[in-house]
Amino acid sequence: MSHAPEVQEERPLVSTRAADIAVALLFLVASAVVIADSMRLGFNWRPNEGPAPGYFPFYIAVVMALASAVNLARAVALPPEGEATLTTRPGFMRMMAIFIPAVVYVAATTWIGIYVASAIYIAGFMIFFGRFALWKAAGVSLSIAAIAFMMFEVWFLVPLPKGPLEAAIGY
Amino acid sequence: MEEISALLGGFAVAITPYNMMLMVVGIVLGVIIGVLPGLGGANGVAILLPLTFSMEPTSAIIMLSSIYWGALFGGAITAILFNIPGEPWSVATTFDGHPMAMRGKADEALVGAFTSSFVGAIFAVILITFLAPMIAKFALRFGPAEFFAVQFLTFASFLGMGRGSPFKTLASMCLGFALASVGLDGVTGTLRLTFGHEELLNGFKFLVAVIGLFGIGEILSSMEEGLSFRGAHAKLKMDAVIRTWRQLPRMTFTFLRSCIVGCWMGITPGGATPASFMGYGLAKRFSKNGRNFGKGELEGVVAPETAAHAAGTSALLPMLTLGIPGSPTAAVLLGGLLIWGLQPGPLMFVEQKEFVWGLIASMYMGNLVGLVLVLTCVPFFAAILRVPFSIIAPVIVVICAIGAYTVNNAMFDVWMMLVFGVMGYLFTKLGYPLPPLVLALVLGDQAESSFRQAMLSSQGDVTVFWSNWLCGGIMTLGLVLAFWPLVQTVLEKWRGGAVATPA
Repeated sequence: MSHAPEVQEERPLVSTRAADIAVALLFLVASAVVIADSMRLGFNWRPNEGPAPGYFPFYIAVVMALASAVNLARAVALPPEGEATLTTRPGFMRMMAIFIPAVVYVAATTWIGIYVASAIYIAGFMIFFGRFALWKAAGVSLSIAAIAFMMFEVWFLVPLPKGPLEAAIGY
Repeated sequence: MEEISALLGGFAVAITPYNMMLMVVGIVLGVIIGVLPGLGGANGVAILLPLTFSMEPTSAIIMLSSIYWGALFGGAITAILFNIPGEPWSVATTFDGHPMAMRGKADEALVGAFTSSFVGAIFAVILITFLAPMIAKFALRFGPAEFFAVQFLTFASFLGMGRGSPFKTLASMCLGFALASVGLDGVTGTLRLTFGHEELLNGFKFLVAVIGLFGIGEILSSMEEGLSFRGAHAKLKMDAVIRTWRQLPRMTFTFLRSCIVGCWMGITPGGATPASFMGYGLAKRFSKNGRNFGKGELEGVVAPETAAHAAGTSALLPMLTLGIPGSPTAAVLLGGLLIWGLQPGPLMFVEQKEFVWGLIASMYMGNLVGLVLVLTCVPFFAAILRVPFSIIAPVIVVICAIGAYTVNNAMFDVWMMLVFGVMGYLFTKLGYPLPPLVLALVLGDQAESSFRQAMLSSQGDVTVFWSNWLCGGIMTLGLVLAFWPLVQTVLEKWRGGAVATPA
């Protein structure tokens, strides 16, 4: 396949039909989990107590299961040819470019505090995705982290997760 | 009139220099939130909620509701200048707003959008002023059965008036209810669906869900589309204001139609987004210029904007009077009220008179201040979108993470935010509506406990919901709405008869 470099073909990755089926199945799993726990709690009528704790979730889950079954059936019935695309490969890659670092960022927050992690996250994204120069990325991310720090720790006194750096400057 | 004097008292509460300053700050923040992708009314207010905990409730709600007005205004800016709806309810604004901008009439489109937003909002506020005390007085006599009936109607109207697949709406709504039931059962104190995880003891925080579903979900979609802002220029001269305002009187009927549609959709939680589409559709059908719609007709900007704002504002009416929010943002405001120890509902109009009327008065003021602010500061707000997306995207993720953390000072919530983010992306893509999920998550506990109380008082007899005309009427209306899509399909098949091939 030869394409001009700027006209990148958005190759389909996942079809809407496949995603629809997957989500409907997940809904069914969720219904099953809720129903199982409601059975443990009981969904009968208890004298002087009214409906047992599992009563409401049980019926909600039953309705959810029925609705999801219809959704599943409809999705399966769609013709697989010429179907709509949920996302393309480049689209998915762009999403992952923000999401995977976000997961790392949340994990890192526990160890190094939210301010340092935020600065690294923003700077990293600017450098690798936005192709910014290092000094620009550092300037933007450090000032955002500093403003956030002043706002939450100093002005509004809302404590956020902090790490060794904040401990070193006495917070 | 009693309402007028109460309202004047409210103005006295709302118009202090401090509150006016909060109003301006709130609106500016709100417009910025409305302009940025990934931040919207609901999650914007949710993120800023913790910052208001130290304020007095009246000042806090004035600031939060001002953020909401600002977000409603802000959505139109990006829709018109960049063809990017900053908010879902401004999608219909792009149809005619952007073509107008491309033809060099961006200023007229913006003035038209802001003015009609203002008109829609004020119409709804006037409605709230006179209707809210009546509804509240009426609702004082409500028992658990009546409350459940109203809640049932709320959810049934999602099915009856929603766009898209009713089964997806139903699944989304039930998921919200199921998530709401996680944690300690309020009636018996039993642990439900926690599976031994301590983090789940208090259930899922709907604020976290809102931040994830709308914030992270939106950022994912924006990344997927590879957002690049290519916009028309925003220059607003004062003569554009006069020029546009001179054209508006001939659209009186469009205004009126959109106001009514919007208020109806806002009170029954149809929401601002379907209201804006309905307003646009109706105007297209009835207007003399209907054929030019889509090519850059001012009326095509006016109609959806008026309806969206009327809906967005009137969504606060059931929230204040019944404690049942009409939109996700109203639900977040309700969450705020609960945190300050104010229980929205009929009693609030008796016990917290000053607060309620202060809030209602601030709605008038907030929209007026908002109109002036957006008319004068459009270039500044439009400039925000010149900031590269590769800076905006990670910053919004950081803001969302901080917002999710501050809800309960727990990292667990930040993880949940990411999960809800993926969910929000998938659901939006596949046509599962998010508002029913959010409202079910907020109202789940309440709906369940009123249901159980009603059932207990009747010893398990379902006819308690038809024990009087009021309750029975609401329940019946709810059932009709709930099964409306089904009735519609049957009718269509029946009418289509032999001609239609089985679908």
